[in-house]
Amino acid sequence: MDATYEYLVWLLPAAARWPSWLVVAIIAALPALACFTFMALGPLIYVYAERKISAFMQDRIGPNRVGPIGLLQTLADTVKLLFKEAIFPKKVDRKLFVLAPLLVNVGAFMPFLVIPWGGRLQPADLNVGVFYVVAIASLSTVGLIMAGWASNNKYSLFGGMRAAAQIVSYEIPALMILLVPVMIVGSLSLQDITRAQAGGLQNWFLFRYFPIMPVAFVTFFVAGLAETNRAPFDIPEAESELVGGFHTEYSGFFFAMFFMAEYTEMFVFSAVASVLFFGGYLAPHPALQQIGSLPLGWFWLWCKAWFFVFVMMWLRWTLPRSRVDQLMHIAWKVLLPIALVLVVVVGGLILVPATANGFFWDRWVGWPLTIGLVAFLFYVMVRALQWSRRRAQELAAAPRAAGQAVTP
Amino acid sequence: MRQWFKGVWEGFFTVLVGMRITWRHLFTYPVTLQYPTEKWPLPPRSRMRLFMKYEDCIGCGQCVRACPVDCISLKAEKRPADAPPIWAANGQPIKLHVAVFDIDMSLCCYCNLCTYPCPTNCIYMTPEYEFATSDLTQHLYRFAKKDAAFITEDPKKKAAAAAPAEAAAPPATPPAKPAGV
Repeated sequence: MDATYEYLVWLLPAAARWPSWLVVAIIAALPALACFTFMALGPLIYVYAERKISAFMQDRIGPNRVGPIGLLQTLADTVKLLFKEAIFPKKVDRKLFVLAPLLVNVGAFMPFLVIPWGGRLQPADLNVGVFYVVAIASLSTVGLIMAGWASNNKYSLFGGMRAAAQIVSYEIPALMILLVPVMIVGSLSLQDITRAQAGGLQNWFLFRYFPIMPVAFVTFFVAGLAETNRAPFDIPEAESELVGGFHTEYSGFFFAMFFMAEYTEMFVFSAVASVLFFGGYLAPHPALQQIGSLPLGWFWLWCKAWFFVFVMMWLRWTLPRSRVDQLMHIAWKVLLPIALVLVVVVGGLILVPATANGFFWDRWVGWPLTIGLVAFLFYVMVRALQWSRRRAQELAAAPRAAGQAVTP
Repeated sequence: MRQWFKGVWEGFFTVLVGMRITWRHLFTYPVTLQYPTEKWPLPPRSRMRLFMKYEDCIGCGQCVRACPVDCISLKAEKRPADAPPIWAANGQPIKLHVAVFDIDMSLCCYCNLCTYPCPTNCIYMTPEYEFATSDLTQHLYRFAKKDAAFITEDPKKKAAAAAPAEAAAPPATPPAKPAGV
């Protein structure tokens, strides 16, 4: 509230002289409007990106009929879903059936409240930011179980129960990993965690405390994949086993709401991961933090979050769905021990004053690691482009060779 | 303990290996062919819809006899004696009036056997393959026409007259390209 008020006054100095009811209304409306825009427009982009990326990864073209290069495809899909009849099967529990997608959406969208898009650009700088994100996000679990139960369908119930088991299991390692940056910074506020990583690429938490942070990040990412029900951990809605799981009986707008919630959860998780390990709204170099007087924090957070959304899509089209027992194995036997060890180690570390600002080898490991990662990404990119160019040449040399029938 | 670390590392590493493959394919050219706007080139001598040039048919019925599935139905009768003489393009006189020449493409098995015995090469396979209809009877193609423009001058005599002139000039038209290439 205070941060938003300051931001408003910074934007419009005249606002300081406005009546308080108007200012309160504006302060309440601005973040709500921003969140609503995200809610409405975000999934349009995510779904389009998902379809295009999956198509490219499978050597297809993807949607390209509605609008230029298919840009309006998801818009058309949304309109279709909105105008479709919402069917309530005869034996569903109507109240819960309607409430479930709403609850899932609440869990997906409320975390936007604390995501910092810039030093001032944050709806509310709660001092319990990380805790708030986790607490609100777990509301969607209740929604999923509710949807499974209310559908009065055994596959839906399976989906709901699987969602509950999966999310509850993976929340434990995810929460413990959340503690790692939180303990080092000494604050739950996402704003403080971001500020603690200021000073350029090499100060991001991923590149500091060498063996701890990269491992913590990978663990957190895997746990987050499971928490957002993304492949390869999408067993609650496994199409081929459970006919869609908890959203089998949903149609029209309610189905669209589940979709919106899933993609928004992805974005929220990616944003939180970038805040915790990738410096949030901080630019790779302090000089890039703003152009003139235009702050670019929102741009950097957007880019980082999008990168992780992309990685999640990438993983989805790479890995097959895991079995339930494998899922539990990963959660309890792999991620949980790693998380426990990390928490204990970091808990010991923060007692040693010398390590409060990083390991003594941060300078010798952090920098090479940073440069190494950037160079590696560049190398992979160049190699992939070379490979694809060679493949294109092969295709050009023998056009349609596979399909050409040979007739005497 | 060692086994556990090995398993974790292997799981992580093999995921990266898989991701490398999808990453490569992210940049490759799509193999999709957008059918109605783009089409695969047909191989030479593809056998698609049958066509019959009514003006050249002498009504001999050899194609009807060759057809293994009886998809051609032909009815030919003797031309009246006082009718003007007509010829096929290869110079054979047409003695019979072809009243009916129907090909039922829904029966045709695209074996191409009917085209070999035809003395005037008037029946042949075209590279036309998009003739799906919602009504099966539309696959019955009727080739007999009332107002066919027959050749009413003996092509052999005409060729003989034109031969000295053509011997000096190079052939006017190059041979037609094979269908569908």
